[in-house]
Amino acid sequence: MALTDALTRRGFGQTSRRDAWWVTPLFVFLGFATFIVYSTWAAFQGDHYWVAGTNYLSPFYSPELFGDSPHSLFGPKPGWFPSWAPWSPAFLILWAPGGFRFTCYYYRGAYYKAFWGDPPSCSVGEPRNQYLGENSLPLVLQNIHRYFMYIAVVFIGLLAWDVWKAMWFSDGNGGEVFGIGLGTVILLVNVVLLGSYTFGCHSLRHLIGGNKDCLSAMPARLAAYKCVGCLNKKHMNFAWLSLFSVGFSDVYVRLCSMGIWSDWRIF
Amino acid sequence: MAKATFRIWRGTKENGAPKDYTTEVGEGMVVLDAVHQIQAESAGDMAVRWNCKAGKCGSCSAEINGNPRLMCMTRLSDLPLDEPVTVEPMRAFPLIKDLVTDVSWNFDVKKKIKKFKPRKPDAADGTWRIAQEDVERVQEFRKCIECFLCQDVCHVLREHHKHNEFIGPRFLTYVAALEMHPLDVEDRLEDLKSKDGIGYCNITKCCTKVCPEGITITDNAIIPLKERVVDRFYDPLKKLFSVFTKSS
Repeated sequence: MALTDALTRRGFGQTSRRDAWWVTPLFVFLGFATFIVYSTWAAFQGDHYWVAGTNYLSPFYSPELFGDSPHSLFGPKPGWFPSWAPWSPAFLILWAPGGFRFTCYYYRGAYYKAFWGDPPSCSVGEPRNQYLGENSLPLVLQNIHRYFMYIAVVFIGLLAWDVWKAMWFSDGNGGEVFGIGLGTVILLVNVVLLGSYTFGCHSLRHLIGGNKDCLSAMPARLAAYKCVGCLNKKHMNFAWLSLFSVGFSDVYVRLCSMGIWSDWRIF
Repeated sequence: MAKATFRIWRGTKENGAPKDYTTEVGEGMVVLDAVHQIQAESAGDMAVRWNCKAGKCGSCSAEINGNPRLMCMTRLSDLPLDEPVTVEPMRAFPLIKDLVTDVSWNFDVKKKIKKFKPRKPDAADGTWRIAQEDVERVQEFRKCIECFLCQDVCHVLREHHKHNEFIGPRFLTYVAALEMHPLDVEDRLEDLKSKDGIGYCNITKCCTKVCPEGITITDNAIIPLKERVVDRFYDPLKKLFSVFTKSS
């Protein structure tokens, strides 16, 4: 019996499913689209990404390699940057976390469904007959994910350092005093969520121990593998929570910087 | 007793259509009970494959209200009975008649996968020693009952009919069980990349959702295998590193 003797292929969106299968891909589409639009807009602003009198720095702009704020590591906009191109300190760094999320196994499965309809949802008809998957260009490039993961791990360290710095406030006399503000808490929660997402990465899980068939002789790696595996079980949840927290952290810093919101000093 | 209508696919691919049957339903009934009842009452010639009625033989796979499910494990109390319950054959495989499909392609695929090849015995009496922690990972995969619901829901097979290029989630799980086994020394990575077509999987996780045994197919079997394929074929730094470690 030929394999083509299966029931006829259904058209786009056709299914016998009775449930509201379109709700999840719709919310995924709206969630990702909102984040992409907002983060692109925020990156292009190049302003209001830090708060005077505090050490708050938006995670969209951290680390600030070049820029005009006191957080800049290597001074103002570099001379080699093309003068005709729009400039923002965020342009130099956002490709890294953006690439990490774009090539993430969870996000891939989610946006293939929500943006590509490949498939729109499980057992629902697709819009195209042709399918190449991740077997050839361009999607075979998704295999670069582990390289983005290496950079993302470094970013977690840098963002954690930002939280430490956010615990120091200007005393008005040129010095700094220790304190905790609402912004400090927001940046802390953000780095915890980003860390939980990054350290639950499938590539990290593989490299830390998944690539070995026997880990019992390596107790430290076994413990690390279990730890990453534990976070990996909630990878989708942390992917969404950290996406929201990183966006909200920027909103908070931006609105405080613009004077629309005032930071609440807890102590 | 209440009555419910079941819209069951009757016939073949060329000469078939859904047909409505109304029958009495009661507490504790599953879809397979209703199908058997219809078979006894008004459709004696209806073809349906079943065996254990306990969710362990994997024979009664079908699509119930569009979702790949085992008929024997789908309670009527979990379905809306105010409208007809659709019962269709699996769409990823050739239809023989009514609810019965030809799943023999799966058995052919399995025969082509490199067999388990253990390392030399650990003890003089020809036995091996395995730590529970090392074998735990593959034990999950051995729960598979080969119902082929994961193959049915996989859009690479179901929609795109890549049966000649892609072995599907069931057999990627089977390869994972062999490849990650602490005793196995066979190398299946080249096969995974080329003839097994692991790159076709785009991680929709539909296979994981339909698995009646709750095997975490995508996260625990397919993605780890994808990562092993990346190690071998798509990671230039790892390749460079291995050149130096081999030469030293």
